[in-house]
Amino acid sequence: MNSPANNHSPEQPVAGVRLIVRGLHKSFDGQAVLNGIDLEVQPGEIFVIMGPSGSGKSVLLKHLIGLEAPDAGEILINGQSISTPEIAAQYRMALVFQSGALLNSLTVGENVGLYLTEHRLKPPEEIEKVVAAMLEDVGLKDVVDKMPSELSGGMKKRVAIARALIIDPQLILYDEPTSELDPISSVVIGNEILNLKRRIHVTSVVVTHDRDLAFGVADRIAVIAEGKIVTVGTPAEVKSFNDPLVQDFLRADFKRGG
Amino acid sequence: MFENIGDIVLLFWRTLLALPHAWRQRQKVLEQFFEIGNASLLMVCMLSFFIGGVICLNFGPPLVERSFTNAVGGVVGLAIALELAPVMMAILIAGRIGSAMAAEIGSMRVYQEIDALRTMNINPIQYLVLPRLIAIAAALPLLVVFSVLVGWFGGAVVADLNSHMEIPFKAFFADMKDLVGLKDVVKGVIKSFFFALIVGVVSCHQGLTTIGGPRGIGRSVTKAVVNSIVLIVVFDYILTRLLLNE
Repeated sequence: MNSPANNHSPEQPVAGVRLIVRGLHKSFDGQAVLNGIDLEVQPGEIFVIMGPSGSGKSVLLKHLIGLEAPDAGEILINGQSISTPEIAAQYRMALVFQSGALLNSLTVGENVGLYLTEHRLKPPEEIEKVVAAMLEDVGLKDVVDKMPSELSGGMKKRVAIARALIIDPQLILYDEPTSELDPISSVVIGNEILNLKRRIHVTSVVVTHDRDLAFGVADRIAVIAEGKIVTVGTPAEVKSFNDPLVQDFLRADFKRGG
Repeated sequence: MFENIGDIVLLFWRTLLALPHAWRQRQKVLEQFFEIGNASLLMVCMLSFFIGGVICLNFGPPLVERSFTNAVGGVVGLAIALELAPVMMAILIAGRIGSAMAAEIGSMRVYQEIDALRTMNINPIQYLVLPRLIAIAAALPLLVVFSVLVGWFGGAVVADLNSHMEIPFKAFFADMKDLVGLKDVVKGVIKSFFFALIVGVVSCHQGLTTIGGPRGIGRSVTKAVVNSIVLIVVFDYILTRLLLNE
């Protein structure tokens, strides 16, 4: 997945990768979850995948980073299939999990520096500096020695982003980055995704059902339902796409009587 | 349990293949080693003392009645060194350490921490299983040696103080020396090394295959302990048979 041989400064622009998914199928216990997914993400683009719960968004994301193997179809990064471990290892990819997935037995600093520590990419004192800088980049100070259990949901997400950024990713995947967050924290996370695009030109794939986040950050949006892509386009194109399922999803709201 | 035996063997094989990375994981090995020691030493001490005492109490009076007084030390010494110390310590470690391993790795699996490791290209077998397996394989034989010594001491105390035996301390150990040799202790230690591998691999396997939420973790912990104990007892027979003529 990630080459351990990266020593870029996180401030240096890195070229995002082109991602192509062709005919992706996946079933669990005979139940089809992905039903022939085709999509293309351009280098440096923020590509949002929206859809109702259970539509296969997170499963798709796990395929993109190699946590799941497809039953059929292929995933190409810069034209090369990532099903070969040697090819996958040439690219630096990171996933920001919905839950953050921080290692609860490690401090925040150890979590963020885990990749560098385990692959022995820098001496410990240098890792400390990089970790502190990375945490500051995502707006967190004085949390290095805290345990994940001492952090709020928003802080955990930002630590998870810092942990993803430390590998200097060419492709960064976000799984429901604003779930369980208050509106202000959601905006902070959304702005962070936009900042990263501006700063390091990383290719970003964001899976969400948060309409505000999707239309706030996306260059293009794909709507997925029942394991199939319903439509792909710019936010304006998706908003005007004439399909009852898409329109229902985008316009769903409470109706108060009276 | 038996449907997973292939997966357990595969995990063991993969962990063996990861052995060249052991030196890099030495810090985690030491942490696990001291955790096992800290968590178990007092319990091992108590358990061994009373096991030694109760074995002496069961076998001592009938032997003394039949004028086999000088066999008491040997019988107690052999029973503890060959069987009771390795098996009882392995069962204790399965309950105390195996359960903790299954719970910790299981919760990491359920809360996607293991997926997070994989996305960072960190091999969970090298990072989680290898240090635990090395630590338990080093710690259990040492605990067994300690247990044998404490068990013998417990037996000697009971033999000396019990009115049905009243075998002096020195005589107990002198009698024991006639029957029990270093090779008997070594046999027990060899068995405990294999028991440690069983507890380590079975518990880590249960942790890594945990599914579901907290209930799934609980199920994994129970299975780790029960499966470990069953395999310890089965392998105890096999190993005893193999070591019989050595």
